[in-house]
This record gives sequence, C-alpha cells and structure tokens, in this order.
Amino acid sequence: MSTRSGTQHDELRELQQRLILFKVSLLMVVGLLALRLWYLQISEGSYYQDLSENNRTRAVALEPVRGLIYDRQGVLLANNVPSFGLYVTLEDVKDRRALIESLVKMVGLDETTVRKKLSERGSRLLPRKVKDGLTLREAALIESHRLDLPGVTVRAESQRNYPHGLTAAHLLGYVGEVSSDQLEKSEYAELHLGSIIGQYGVERTYDRFLRGRAGQKTVEVDAMGHEKRTVEVGKPMAGDDLYLTIDARLQALAEQLLGEESGAIIAVETTTGDVLAMASRPVFDPNVLSRELTAKQWEKIVQDEGHPLTNRATQGQYPPGSTFKIIVAAAGLETGTVNTTTKVRCMGGFPFGGRVYRDWKAGGHGVMDVVDAIVDSCDVFFYTIGQRLGIDTIAEYADRFGLGHETGVELPSERSGIVPSTAWKTRARNEIWLPGETISAAIGQGYTTVTPMQMAMVMASVAGNGETFRPRVVRSIKERATGQVLDLPSVPRPKLALKPETYELLHESLEGVVTRGTAGRARSALVRIAGKTGTAQTAALKDDRRKGEDVPKKLRDHAWFVSYAPAEEPQIAVAVLVENMGHGGSWAAPMAKQMIEAYVKSKPAGPATAAAAPSDELPAAVAMRGLHD
Amino acid sequence: MIDRVLDGRALTPDSFDWRFLGLIASILSLGVLSIYSVTSVQTVTGTPIYLKQMAWIAIGCVAFVAMLVVDYHKISRLAYILYALLLVLLVIVLVAGKTSRGAQRWIPIGPFVFQPSEFAKLVLVLTLATYYTRSPRQGWMQRVVLPGLIMLPGLLLILKQPDLGSGLSYLSIYFSMLLVVGMRSKAMGTLLLFAVMLFPFAWELVWGSLHDYQRERIMTFVDPAYDTGGKGYHGLQSRIAIGSGELLGKGLHGGTQSQLKFLPEGHTDFVFAVFAEEWGFLGVLVLLGLFAGLIWLSLEIALKAKDMLGALLAAGLIAMLAFCLVINIGMTAGLFPIVGIPLPLMSYGGSSTVATMAALGLLLNIKRRRLTLFY
Repeated sequence: MSTRSGTQHDELRELQQRLILFKVSLLMVVGLLALRLWYLQISEGSYYQDLSENNRTRAVALEPVRGLIYDRQGVLLANNVPSFGLYVTLEDVKDRRALIESLVKMVGLDETTVRKKLSERGSRLLPRKVKDGLTLREAALIESHRLDLPGVTVRAESQRNYPHGLTAAHLLGYVGEVSSDQLEKSEYAELHLGSIIGQYGVERTYDRFLRGRAGQKTVEVDAMGHEKRTVEVGKPMAGDDLYLTIDARLQALAEQLLGEESGAIIAVETTTGDVLAMASRPVFDPNVLSRELTAKQWEKIVQDEGHPLTNRATQGQYPPGSTFKIIVAAAGLETGTVNTTTKVRCMGGFPFGGRVYRDWKAGGHGVMDVVDAIVDSCDVFFYTIGQRLGIDTIAEYADRFGLGHETGVELPSERSGIVPSTAWKTRARNEIWLPGETISAAIGQGYTTVTPMQMAMVMASVAGNGETFRPRVVRSIKERATGQVLDLPSVPRPKLALKPETYELLHESLEGVVTRGTAGRARSALVRIAGKTGTAQTAALKDDRRKGEDVPKKLRDHAWFVSYAPAEEPQIAVAVLVENMGHGGSWAAPMAKQMIEAYVKSKPAGPATAAAAPSDELPAAVAMRGLHD
Repeated sequence: MIDRVLDGRALTPDSFDWRFLGLIASILSLGVLSIYSVTSVQTVTGTPIYLKQMAWIAIGCVAFVAMLVVDYHKISRLAYILYALLLVLLVIVLVAGKTSRGAQRWIPIGPFVFQPSEFAKLVLVLTLATYYTRSPRQGWMQRVVLPGLIMLPGLLLILKQPDLGSGLSYLSIYFSMLLVVGMRSKAMGTLLLFAVMLFPFAWELVWGSLHDYQRERIMTFVDPAYDTGGKGYHGLQSRIAIGSGELLGKGLHGGTQSQLKFLPEGHTDFVFAVFAEEWGFLGVLVLLGLFAGLIWLSLEIALKAKDMLGALLAAGLIAMLAFCLVINIGMTAGLFPIVGIPLPLMSYGGSSTVATMAALGLLLNIKRRRLTLFY
C-alpha cells in the first residue's frame, strides 16, 4: 500500500512537473494572441478603421427638385409631384436571381427590364432606380418585406408632372434618366446614373437651369444596406424656374385648331421674337414619357407612323409652295428684274424646255403685275421672273430671309431645310442643275424645303421691314439661389436690308391676298391681316395638278398659310402648316385668322412678370422642394 | 447523510479562493456587457438576450457550487455512468435533435435547447482522469489505446452532428491528458508514426464528412480576403471589427461592425470581436490578462493537487478551457479557420456557460480538498 502510494506520489510529482510545460506554453500562446491583436488593432488599426467606415457609411445622392415651368402669364406648365421610386443597391444584394423573382412577383416588374437595369455599368454602392411611380400599396408592400429584400429601398421622390397634359408637349419636352452615353458628355459630368435630365424640348435645352444641384447625404447603413441614421447632409439645390414666352391660351387654341390633323402652328411676336404658341400634331404624352417606359411602350412611340416625337414646327421640313413667292418677288424687286410696271400675261401655262409648266388656275390669270401675281398666287408670273433671276439669285435671297439656316430657337435638333442652288446640287447630289428645276423652284416646289418656324420668321422679317429678333421660348429665369428674376433680353438678328419700296410692295400685296386674293377665308372684322397661302406638293403627285377629294388623304398636298397682323403695325406673325389638307387658303388661312384674332383680343394683358405669378402655384412648389430637405 | 455527501465540511467563506472567483466574475461581467451591447439594437421578442445569459449564469452558479461542495472523488465514481449517459444524449441528438444551419446539435427541452456536446468535454475529462487514476498506466496499450477507445464513440457522435469545434476540443482534451500522463518516447513515436501514416485516410474521412459550409470556412482560411461578400465574409468582418477598435475602442454601443450587424454571431462565437471593437487593444489586454490569470490559478491548482485524480482532472479542465480560449480568439483574429467554438464565460449560450462554470467549480473543488488531505 505504501509502495503503491509512494509510486503514485512520485508519478504525481512527475506529472505535475510536466504541467510546467503547460505554464510556459500558456504564456507563449497568450503572448502570441496579444501580438496578433496588437498587429490588428495598433499596427493595422487605421486600415481596419477605414474598412469599417466604408462598411458602415454610404453616400446617397439627394436629387434636386426640378425647376418649375410657367407660361408668360404665370400659368404652371410643368411641376413635380411626389412619387415612390424603387432602388436597388447591388452591394447589398445577396441573391440577385431571388431578388428579381420577388420584385417581379410583388410589384409586377418586367423581368428583362430589371435584369438589364441591374447589370448596367455603375457603382455597386450607389442605389440604382429600378422602377418609379410605385403605388402607395406597392411601396408599402416592399417596405413591409424590407428584411427579405436586402439592398432594396423605396424612396419618396419627385416626379415630373405636366398639369396640362398634352399642351405644348413638343415645346416643353419631357424628362428621363440620363443615359450612359449622355453621362460621358461634359455637360452632364456632375450627374450619376439615375439622375433625371430633360430629354426633349425646353426641358432639354434649359436643363442646366432646371435640374438644380444634387446634394449628398452620408448615411450609416447596416449589413443589410438599410439606412440607420444620417451622418452628414449636403442639401440639394432645386432648379431654377422658367417663364416661357408662350401664352397658354394661344397655345391651347393652336392645338385645338389642329385637332386631329397633322401639322404645326407657330405664332411669334414680331417685336420681341417671343414664340407665343408652337403647336405640333400628332403629339406624345410628356407625362407618360417622363416615367419609366418599358421597351415595348418606347418602341410603339418611336415606330408610330405619325412620328409624334417630331416637333413639326422646328423639325418638319416641307416644300414652301407658293409662300416662297414672297421671297422670289423680293429678289426680283431688289435686283431690278421686276418693278411695279412689270407685266406678265398668264395664259394658264409656261412653255419651257419642250414642256408646259401649268398654272394652278387652268384658264390663266390674264395680265398680271407683281402685286396681282402675289394676291392671286399666279404661277406663270413667278415662272417667268424665276427664270429671269436664275436659281442662284433666288437661293441668295432665300438665304438672306433665313432659309437654309436654323432660326436659333432654343429647342433641340432644329432642322434647317434646303435652299437649292447650282452649287448645292453639285455638292449634295453631284449632278448638274437643270434649267427646268429653276421654274419649279420659283413657286416653292422641287428641292426647296423649309420649316414652319422658318416661314414664321420670314413673315416676321417682312412685318418688321427686315428688323427681327431671334425667336425665343424662354422670357425669364427665376434663379433659385438668389430668388432673383433674370429677364432674358431679345436678341436682334442681322437686319434684312431690302429697299423700303420692296417692303411696301410686299405689305400691300400680302394684305391683298387676304382682302381680295387666295386667302379670303382669313379676312377678319377685327384686324387687318396680311398673309400668303401655299400648297406644298407631296412628292408622289408632283406633276398631277388635279387634286381633289378622290385622292387618298395621305397623298394630298400640305396646306400653308403664313401671315402677320395687324397689317398697319405688325405685332404677330403666324405660320400654319396642315399636312395633307390640300389648298392653303381653304384650311390653313382660317386657322391663322383665329390665332390672330385671339391674340388681338387678349392683347391688353401685358406679359406677367415672374413675381406676379399666381400665388396658388407657389405653395405646391414649396411643398415639393421640401420633399428632400 | 448530508454530512457524508459534503465530506463533513461546512461551506465557509474562507474555503473560497477569492482571486479565482473574482476573475470568473469579471470575465462573466464583461461577457454580459458585450452581449448587452450587441443585442440591445436587435428587435427580439421576449426576454432580452443579456438577461437570458444572466439567468444561465445563475444556473451556472448552482452547477459551480454543486461541483464545488461534493468531493471530486465521489464525482469521479460517477464518471463512467455520466459518460454512458452522455453517449445516450448524443444519440438522442442525432435521432431527435433540433437542426439549425445544417447541424443537429441541440435537444429541445421546453423553451430551452440543451447542447450535450458542450458537456461532453467536461464528462470526457472526468472519465479519462478516472480511467488513468484507476489504471496501472503501464505500456502504450493502457496509456494510449484504451483511453482512445473510450473517447472514440463520443468523438464520432459529435462529428456526426456535425460539430467540428466541439469535436476538436474533445480530441484536444484526449491528447492533452495523454501528454500530462506521460508516454515513453517509443509509445509516442509509434503514435506519431501511425498518425502520419493514417493522415491521408483520416483527411479523406474527415474532409468527406464535412459539410459544405465547413469546407468553405477552411478553404477561405487559406485566402480569406478574396471575396468580402461571400465566403471569407465572417473572418474579414471579424478582423475589421477587432482592427477598427484600435487602441481605445469605440465604446459601449459604439461598435459599428457589431451594432450594424456586419459582424455575424456577435453575441455567440464572435463576442470577442465585439469586445475588441468596443474596448480597443487596452480592453483586450485586460481581458487576456483576466483569462491568463484564471488559467494560471488553475495551473497552480493542478500543480498543488494532492493526488493523481486531482492533478489529472485539473490538467484536463485546463486543457479544455485553454483550447477553447485560444482557438476562439485565434479564429476571430484570423489566425485559425472559423470552426465554431464559443469563448468560455463570454459567449452567449446556456450549455456552454453552465458546463464551463461546472468545470471551474470542479477546479476549485480540487483546490479545497488539497488542504484537507491530512486532517
């Protein structure tokens, strides 16, 4: 027993000695751990501190509220309404496929659209918009499933809204997300994927004023990407408000006059260049285009045969038809090819180069001087002097009247039309100018094309005896930062220096067109109107002059009427073009008359200043600005 | 009857080692504090987790006292019975256990869950210490093979759950006690040779039995930084938490990694990272000091144990605590793969807390008895 006990005692001692090894290793291991922790916390501490900051904070852009757009009287044309946007931050998305599946299920998103949006270039850390205009119910549904949808956020934001719907759609334009291509341009340098910019119309050309400046919020997020609290805020600055030159009532009238027809009506104030109305039909709905469109919806709009996205006022190019006779007459008078005593006998046709160029009036007009020729729109007279002038002289005067050039109105993608000349034909077609083509060109057919905007400015030039202002659509800008209203000055164009006699003769004949000529339907009891009708031949039926009700509508000629009023002291120039309506005097002239009468009737009301804007619009504006503040 | 059970000794204040108790209480408090900090932001229905942990500590105190007052020799007599009971429980786990995240480790009892593998370590220490005390300890058969065979069923049952962390701790206890008992160099050499020869097979066996997430954890240990959003996530977030604590820490509730849930399992396996983030390197030094002190005192107990059983028991318990401590801190600090071992006395968990406190009670028991040997 004692031996056993003794052995055990020795063994215990031996065992306990071995435990010294435990002590040593314990010290070593604790030392090693301390060393590792020193390395992590002290040596690399600031590195991990940075990682931790990046983990927890995220920069969120605060979108600015877009500036408002008013008409010249202070009628609100574009504002912002609250809306819910669905955003996804890729960094926080754990399972992309499952996320897409549940989003499709919950808010009925288009699967391919979502997938495309999520795979677009851009920061993984920045939330990207997947859908806007969520209903309150959808927003609530998403919010209640927040924990199952890591990376998904719903934000209240402002949605562009056009309270008058289709009114002035082409002029106002629409807004949309900046595209990847646009982001590469310097003008959009400060924006990011998902920023809303103007994509058309004034929204686009004045975007740098309207869009404001984005703010930035630094927020603390948890591991699921949900915002926990705001660390820092740089407030966004709302965009500047615009006061347009258009008069909403005239605009509405112009659109009502066009109705279902395709075409354009432009009214320009000749003394300032202010565009009072600019209607184009068919039209798109800016409220639809400013929201998220599916590929299918977009395709439908783009492929629409009526080309609703084309602003026919500035982008539609049509042969000027007989309205071009104003320019040919001016060219004749200026060059001395024609004077008040020049007479041409019109027998209903003009034989040239082995064929006969017919007049629109089968029996002819008889003996015509230049005034009569304009009043009755005698083709033979202009064939004759056109041939005497030659195409290059005609082209020179067309150029001086501003044809072939953009008018400079601040709207995107304005077209300049074509002023044909011998040089032009060689350049553009690599062909020789044929003498017969001059005959057609003299009455505004053939290669010549113009936009309604250009024709309105031709009339403004005649009305102002050569003194005109660059057409403009924005009168003043109310700066958000200072609250000051910046009135934009009218910019005079180079004077069209024609002899006073030329202008006098043109005034006389153009008024004659209305009082005793082709535009009798434009005669007004209220105001003296001067104008010129025109019929723009469509290419298909160029040589067939017998057009009537039996011709399919889309092959019929376009009707022109260009005018100014009051004849004695012009203030407004109106150009009307109605596609496929045949003769200008029948259809276009009465429209112009109504526009002018409406203008004259409303004239006493001077344009409102920005400060005089109806006060009931302002609270709405303030409320919208408060959304992100 | 009571006298016999209590070995005729009253439980008087001077029979406690106040340093030992003080260290335990300090570590437990820091644990509760960290759990409180990390879970107070969570919206949990019912009792807050830190209160639950305090309840577990209370139960742990009962276990501590129970293991303290009953002579460890008497407890030793129950060792094989306890081991048999453990095996039964481990089988029950496999048959009727609660599955969570791919592993079946828990037995539900009413509103609680009970994790037998946490107690397996304690029971193994008791069983092996009892075995070695009773065995003549002659030759490698008695020293290595037989205890190995005793240990094996428990190990296999734990690995089957699978619970790699507990399995490794379990195995480490066996090896530590083997080491303490001492082996002739020949026996040791043979064992090592066998181990080396068997390694490829064992690797295949072990690797093949691992779950995907375990393999991933081990694989990403090799290259942890390659994908922050994916597999190395836990390890990286844990290192960010610890590292960003820097010298002074971010303060209570200031730990953004844990508060904002970047750090997973902040109240359980990664509680050390929470502590390190909020209290910084200075706090970490204090905590390491407390743990080192506790183990140092425990080693003193083992060194001064009056008999073989006491010394072996103490050594086994120290091995159990130290292994968990080192592996847990090592894995949160990115030194080891993440294997899911709780930090003793700090991680939230009923079974772990109660088992650890019982083990510490047993250690103090050994200390108390050494003075009474020559009454």
